[in-house]
Amino acid sequence: MKKRLRKIIIAAIIFLIAVLIEKINFVNIDENTIFIIQIVLYVLSYLIVGFEVVKKAVVNIFHGEFFDENFLMSVATIGAFAIKEFPEAVAVMLFYQIGEYFQSYAVKKSRKSIASLMDIRPDYANLKVNGNIEKKSPEEVKIGDVIVVKPGEKVPLDGIVIEGTSMLDTSALTGESVPREVKVNDTILSGCINLNGVLDIKVEKAFGESTVSKILDLVENATNKKAKTENFITKFSKYYTPIVVLLALIIAFIPPLITKTDILDWVYRALTFLVVSCPCALVISVPLSFFSGIGAASKKGILVKGSNYLELLSKTEIAVFDKTGTLTEGVFDVQKIKNENEIGPKELLELATYCESYSNHPISISIQKAYGKEINKNRIIHSEEVAGKGIISKIDDKEVACGNIKLMKELNLDNIEQVDEIGTVIYVAINRQYAGYILISDKIKDDSKKAIQDLKKAGVRKTVMLTGDNKDVAEKVNQELKLDMVYSELLPIDKVNKVEELLKNKNEESKLAFIGDGINDAPVLARADIGIAMGGLGSDAAIEAADIVIMTDEPSKIATAMKISRKTLKIVYQNISFAIIVKIGVLILSALGLASMWAAVFADVGVTVLAVLNSFRALK
Amino acid sequence: MKKNYILEDLDCANCAAKIEEGVKKIEGVAECSVSFVTEKMIVEIEEGKEKEVEKEIKKVVKKIEPDTTLREA
Repeated sequence: MKKRLRKIIIAAIIFLIAVLIEKINFVNIDENTIFIIQIVLYVLSYLIVGFEVVKKAVVNIFHGEFFDENFLMSVATIGAFAIKEFPEAVAVMLFYQIGEYFQSYAVKKSRKSIASLMDIRPDYANLKVNGNIEKKSPEEVKIGDVIVVKPGEKVPLDGIVIEGTSMLDTSALTGESVPREVKVNDTILSGCINLNGVLDIKVEKAFGESTVSKILDLVENATNKKAKTENFITKFSKYYTPIVVLLALIIAFIPPLITKTDILDWVYRALTFLVVSCPCALVISVPLSFFSGIGAASKKGILVKGSNYLELLSKTEIAVFDKTGTLTEGVFDVQKIKNENEIGPKELLELATYCESYSNHPISISIQKAYGKEINKNRIIHSEEVAGKGIISKIDDKEVACGNIKLMKELNLDNIEQVDEIGTVIYVAINRQYAGYILISDKIKDDSKKAIQDLKKAGVRKTVMLTGDNKDVAEKVNQELKLDMVYSELLPIDKVNKVEELLKNKNEESKLAFIGDGINDAPVLARADIGIAMGGLGSDAAIEAADIVIMTDEPSKIATAMKISRKTLKIVYQNISFAIIVKIGVLILSALGLASMWAAVFADVGVTVLAVLNSFRALK
Repeated sequence: MKKNYILEDLDCANCAAKIEEGVKKIEGVAECSVSFVTEKMIVEIEEGKEKEVEKEIKKVVKKIEPDTTLREA
């Protein structure tokens, strides 16, 4: 790089001297001598800055590569020499090299800044060997080894905490800024940063299988899956160069034949064509923009597995959600305890827990979980299940009945008002007196509502919820979330069929995204145009199955991902249209003889640099 | 089998596209993708042809971008 810059500077100085020598001719040398000195200086400057290019061009011709940029630049500049446009020839080569220098500088810079964005790769692991600590590369650590992570260090491998407590910064993986606490027996994932305590970790996965390697691998290989736009541009540029060269040949020889005007003038115009015949600005900015977009997404805890998916996401018009675990927490918890008489909520829960303690029905388990204390089985005198209705038990001296409304009816408690809430209601009667109810339900995630609203704002036309749950629960959830369509009581295979149906009824251009938790909806994730899995952190299944992985549990990240995708695409289109307009503009102007080679090379280099800089914006 | 390579000093995006195109044409290559930004090449090579194909890939890279060096990732 340095050598290149030095060459450019030296050549530029010589070039300036050559230009100025004729203006400030204070020693009164005769014109011929000055002319010769000038030519020598121009050639010298040209060779310093352009020799590499010409050499490459010659070598490539022997390889059968005619339309490469080195060749085109060489022809344009040597052609300019031939028609005695010396300053032009040198200036074009000089600017071309300055542009190339800028471009590779900008590309290196952006590669670096994107890489630093994803700088989660741990450099070492502190391996504990017989009480001593040895610094090892993470690859050398084996499953079952114990490693020590000190405050400020990255967790290098996935494992289980066996000693210590600490706060973890998971932001590099999830985009979540609130630190997470870990203690003994907690799972810990590589890529997190240990904030305060010292942790001893028993390694559970080899480095290659650890979270950090998987994520890095995914993101780094994402640009190998190319977006349609990128393939289009590659194809376009394949034709662009030969066409421009052909046009140059036509301009050089046909008009002078017809109009009998000076051929040199037309050759000059043709050479100007060659200057803008390289499609660099177009080709370079597209993958850069996509990579920046993918980097920006991963910083927010959204893994996009390919440029193509980032592109498709911007065209998403139908968002299909799985309910449980995606829009709702997916855990059944006691949401509410409502007592009817002097028996307080605490006692109600206690009695219900004892009543249900012999059952392992999910509902009983959530009640027991909410109670959270040890159960003294001696207090249970008798317990009997009433099939399809509930359980009646004798606890101490009380008869406790827990179950649905049918059970209450059986106990002749007819005037109980049916509770109208989302979830499963457990009615409790004590000594044949109605005592209240316990509501168990899956909670809607805090940001689900915002997620649906944001998606609408981001341009999604139709939001759909699919669930295996019954109609009542589904409708109730939707009263709050307000999706456009709800399909309930679906078996897993029905979900695939529903998605197929939605895919069939939409038009080609708009895309359908399916959002699930990645656990048992892999076929649907695969079938949708874009499969998005939630809660990917620590779930290999989700990362495996989806095209886009939201590392956290927040559905609102989908709208964030869409925004990033839209912005990236906007930048890509800006770059493409800007580059094409400038190139065509220069071609027209030079065909008319209005643009000099200077202007052409300036425009060409300028467009490239601006496009590269513009693609940076996708990072933010 | 899938092989990953790194193209060091891959400076020009157009060349990346040309290298991809060139490698795809090699006999024994099922699929090839070059990422300009990450300087990575992923090649799907038919079983048993790895040696010859790798030689050919090197040739293609040398021909299109003499300054770029290919190494295994």
